Amino acid sequence: MTGADTSAGAGALLLRIDAVEKRFGGFTAVDKLSLDIKAGEFFALLGPSGCGKTTLLRMLAGFEAPDAGRILLDGEDIAAVLPHQRPVNMMFQNYALFPHLSVANNIAFGLRREGLPRKEIKARVAEMVALVRLEGLEKRKPDQLSGGQQQRVALARALARRPRLLLLDEPMAALDKKLRESTQLELMALQKRLGTSFVIVTHDQQEAMTVADRIGVMNAGRLEQVATPRRLYEAPATRWVAEFVGDVNMLEGRVERRDGGRLIVATTAAGEVTVAAPSQPSAADEICIAIRPEKIRLSLRGPVDSAAQAGALNRLNGTVTDIGYLGGSTSYKVKLDSGALLTATMANIAKLDVDAYHVGQHVVAWFSPDDCVVLER
Amino acid sequence: MKLSRFNLASLTLGLAFLYLPIVILVIYSFNASRLVTVWGGWSLNWYRELLRDQAMLDAAWMSFRVAATSASAAAVLGTLAAVALSRGGHFKGRTLFSGMLYAPLVMPEVITGLSLLLLFVAINAERGFWTVTIAHTTLTMCFVTVVVQSRLHALDRSIEEAAMDLGCAPVEAFLRATLPLIWPSIAAGWMLAFALSLDDLVIASFTTGPGSATLPIRIYSEVRLGVKPEINAICTLIIAVVTVVIIIASAASKLSKTQAESAAPM
Repeated sequence: MTGADTSAGAGALLLRIDAVEKRFGGFTAVDKLSLDIKAGEFFALLGPSGCGKTTLLRMLAGFEAPDAGRILLDGEDIAAVLPHQRPVNMMFQNYALFPHLSVANNIAFGLRREGLPRKEIKARVAEMVALVRLEGLEKRKPDQLSGGQQQRVALARALARRPRLLLLDEPMAALDKKLRESTQLELMALQKRLGTSFVIVTHDQQEAMTVADRIGVMNAGRLEQVATPRRLYEAPATRWVAEFVGDVNMLEGRVERRDGGRLIVATTAAGEVTVAAPSQPSAADEICIAIRPEKIRLSLRGPVDSAAQAGALNRLNGTVTDIGYLGGSTSYKVKLDSGALLTATMANIAKLDVDAYHVGQHVVAWFSPDDCVVLER
Repeated sequence: MKLSRFNLASLTLGLAFLYLPIVILVIYSFNASRLVTVWGGWSLNWYRELLRDQAMLDAAWMSFRVAATSASAAAVLGTLAAVALSRGGHFKGRTLFSGMLYAPLVMPEVITGLSLLLLFVAINAERGFWTVTIAHTTLTMCFVTVVVQSRLHALDRSIEEAAMDLGCAPVEAFLRATLPLIWPSIAAGWMLAFALSLDDLVIASFTTGPGSATLPIRIYSEVRLGVKPEINAICTLIIAVVTVVIIIASAASKLSKTQAESAAPM
């Protein structure tokens, strides 16, 4: 799982989005976007609000028609097919339950439209109710349910027709944090068990990372990067992705020289920094270096150099200016001698943290060249 | 909350101003005396008299039929207009259409009545039940549209989309998902239209023909010859009917509102 762009349980190609475009007046919501989704995959569309992810999802459901491009489901272009004729179902952000129907009738709604025999509808509803653990609530109306229960009804209703593809529009936005986390795990287990392809839209990166096999990061109607959660975090393809996903320290600089597998970079904020280099950037290129806060260590005198590491680590001197205690970890803001701010996060592995620093203390911040990501400016 | 002395006084004065004439009319409808202004003790005499007045009963029946028919037509047309305006997206001329819809609400009734009369004369329509009904429909459908449109506006659009997503063609989605949620406001609109039609004198007198006088027309022409206590009785009955209809309409409208709120849990 270190880098290869693989996805767990992925099978054949299910959905191909081919150069799809959608404009609203002068605003381009989705801009010539292409994407493949495999059968059995849990795919997340992640992006800030207004990036076009919901528009893309609504085009998959059939509520919006693309202005250009094709949407192929099992090889068949469904771009012009009406919502009720697609083997695709959607779970709405506010659930959109029918308030005048009971839980059982909400779930049975789609099955009745298919004209299934009464007996089979009853069996399928019971199966769905059991699947989302709503036993005993079948006769309730939606307004007699808690938010979490409503969410599960919406999920059961969308799954009842056994769609080829399930679309989820911010399905957990209305739940509180604890419930959201347990629901994410349940959703993953459910998806693996059913083997249905899920496409989830979310602005919550933690949610996307937890549930998805692959994540597509969207910005201004385009996909910035499509990758596994780990790759997205550890090897972001663009500066925008690095800054959008997780926290990051960004050092801008110019490549000085190449030294074997290393680049020596003259940064504006931190002087000379050695980074493990991909092949592309050559001397004099303007680049930036991304380092995740947890990859930066702090100590009073810096690490003791072992023979193998001699001179290989980057050391930056600075002063602790701010400490954020987060329970599991502590976030330190370190002001470098150059004036630039660096964030370092350290796990609180011992109950009484002997290494705890205090504001105003001089520290050495150090990190390995291998933990740096070199990005275009 | 307890009302202050000032508020209590202004409330009493305001309600008295609104309802004192009506209360007097209701009380005098039970007057035993033949003279309208002289109190002669309680009696149901004029209600009995009313039952024998065939012309008045015919007019009441006429009014009832006009009101029921025009309210039903207005409910259907008004709902369709409301759906087109709130669900049709930004079609060409939407703003114009939506503005024109409010015109009959503020148009002086004399003008509406006169223009309809001219139309009926121009197309050589025989004036009677149908012309009054059509005239009332044009007046009242705008009220239905306003009531239904505001409900549709508050209703979460995604409920209809969910129905489509689950296999309903657009029209079916409207019938199965939207209509059950807006029917109380359609009913409220119907009752409002019914009450408006029942009350109307001006438009009806322009568009009616011989032998098909509505109740307000009949009352008005009787009063011109002098107020009979019998008129008080029929007016009391009209007030009772309208009050009941308005109470049901506002209850239905309230029901519709709570349903729409529970439809959008967020």
